[in-house]
Amino acid sequence: MTVGSDLLTAGPARPKAAAPPRNALPLAGTAVAAVLAAVALTAVTALSVMDAVPGAGVAVTAGAVIVAAAVLTQLRPALRAVRSSRKAAEAWAQDRRADARRAVSEAREDAWTALGWCLTALVVLGAVWFLFANDRAVQRTFFDRDVIGISISEIASAFGTNLFIAVVAQVLILVWGLALALARMAPGRAGRPLRLLATSYIDGFRAVPAIIIIYLIGFGLPLAKVPFLSSLSPVWFAILALTLTYGAYVAEVFRAGIESIAPGQSAAARSLGLSQSSTLRHVVLPQATRRVVPPLLNDFISLQKDTALVNVIGTIDAFNQSKIFASNHFNLSSVTVVAALFILITIPQARLVDRLVAREQRRGKGA
Amino acid sequence: MPFIEIDGVHKSYGDTPVLKGIDLNVEQHQVVTLIGASGSGKSTLLRCINGLEDISGGQIRVDGEVASGRGTDVDRLRRDVGMVFQHFNLFPHMSVVRNVALAPMRVGGVPRAVAEEQARVLLERVGLADKADRMPDQLSGGQQQRVAIVRALATGPRALLLDEITSALDPELVAEVLAIVRELAEGGMTMLLATHEMGFAREVSNKVCFLHQGVLLEEGPPEQIFGEPQQERTRAFLRRIVEAGRL
Repeated sequence: MTVGSDLLTAGPARPKAAAPPRNALPLAGTAVAAVLAAVALTAVTALSVMDAVPGAGVAVTAGAVIVAAAVLTQLRPALRAVRSSRKAAEAWAQDRRADARRAVSEAREDAWTALGWCLTALVVLGAVWFLFANDRAVQRTFFDRDVIGISISEIASAFGTNLFIAVVAQVLILVWGLALALARMAPGRAGRPLRLLATSYIDGFRAVPAIIIIYLIGFGLPLAKVPFLSSLSPVWFAILALTLTYGAYVAEVFRAGIESIAPGQSAAARSLGLSQSSTLRHVVLPQATRRVVPPLLNDFISLQKDTALVNVIGTIDAFNQSKIFASNHFNLSSVTVVAALFILITIPQARLVDRLVAREQRRGKGA
Repeated sequence: MPFIEIDGVHKSYGDTPVLKGIDLNVEQHQVVTLIGASGSGKSTLLRCINGLEDISGGQIRVDGEVASGRGTDVDRLRRDVGMVFQHFNLFPHMSVVRNVALAPMRVGGVPRAVAEEQARVLLERVGLADKADRMPDQLSGGQQQRVAIVRALATGPRALLLDEITSALDPELVAEVLAIVRELAEGGMTMLLATHEMGFAREVSNKVCFLHQGVLLEEGPPEQIFGEPQQERTRAFLRRIVEAGRL
């Protein structure tokens, strides 16, 4: 080969003069200052909270001590960072380059660790300030213990309506979404009208906001006096509306999953004599389903939250129930309860999705 | 009468012609090998015979029946002609034995217990009885390709199309797959294969065909094609193979 010969025979490149590693001392100094500032701020915050909430001295002191102690543990890495930075300069002066680079690297990591914890503490303290600012106005508006106590049981039982809507809609959406996806992928010339129909449905229902579909169905169907449909209860209107909307999204999830299966799988199944529908049922769908579970769960989480939209048609779900308490007591703490309930059911599912995604990625690498 | 008759077959993808009038006959119990560079149309020809691709012109007949164009009963055709792919294409969500038993169950209507029993017998014959209950990704490439061959045989085809079935394998795994093909050839299975394994093609084939840019340039017994090729292009192709140390 003539092209590579120059590269192969050329002598080694002349070494450049080594550049000293970046000085970490300013960063380390900042970290030490940040730790001290965070501790001081904790003390100030504790004092002002004690002012606002007389009689809670012990609890506030305990909380402040915990925060301050947590921040103080970072003083050690911060100081170590300062020492490492000095050592690095020394080592560089004595031409121990690897030692110098290692010391700087350690200093930077220590300093950033301390700074990270300080930033977290500042955010927490900021939240506390906000809560107790204005003579506790924020805390009383959103976290009034009395209002929470009065409203919680009725809101929790109204939350059952949200869950009912979500679960029933999820089952219907699975069926409807898959049907739409298959229609959208209907093969050949004969499948064209079906493809067009499914595509326009999916485009349409993804374009219109869910709240508008709910509104149109919830108020429109009773007015339109359609046999059977008009006599349904608002809860079923909500289920119908959410199924129509989310069916369009889920159809696209299914389609993506089906199309992600390698064409060789269908070719192999077809070459064995399996019909188109057998291939779909026994080879493509079982593999696609496994792949679509994580994105499907994501859509379902967002569906659960959208069940709160049914309040526009007057269904007494958790949100509507909480709004009744909120206006009676002129206080939003009952709405906070609804938010907490949604958090409670959503977070485990979000973590489950993460795990499933991780598992799918591991499987993908293994194959 | 030839078992597979390929008569002036044309195939294009859009404006790109891939097969430009191929004529080829495969007699019963014959082993015919397609050689040629990548992109010469070997795989496409095999896929057309199996009805996985539509042809744009000409005709393919299998066992005297037209097997191309409208009105072809592709499901029946595929029961007569099995196919094995370069990348195995085993179904990753089924155990090995289920992979093999799927077509007899779903196409032949054989009850599961019977189909799986037959599958185990077939797997035994290729030395994979102990892998029957594994998942495909727990097997080596060579083992997976042996399963794929068994899967294609499970429906009792009268001919096999083998599409570069050793190209995706590590070199040390090629022999175990070729051994099965050799055994099938000795047993009288009609086979049409595309391959880059020239030594094997020379040993096992009754007829070797050289494809070049969608045209069947030269065909003949292996001694002729590998010994004294008539066409300059065939000679150039084989020279490069020899230079690469593959023959």
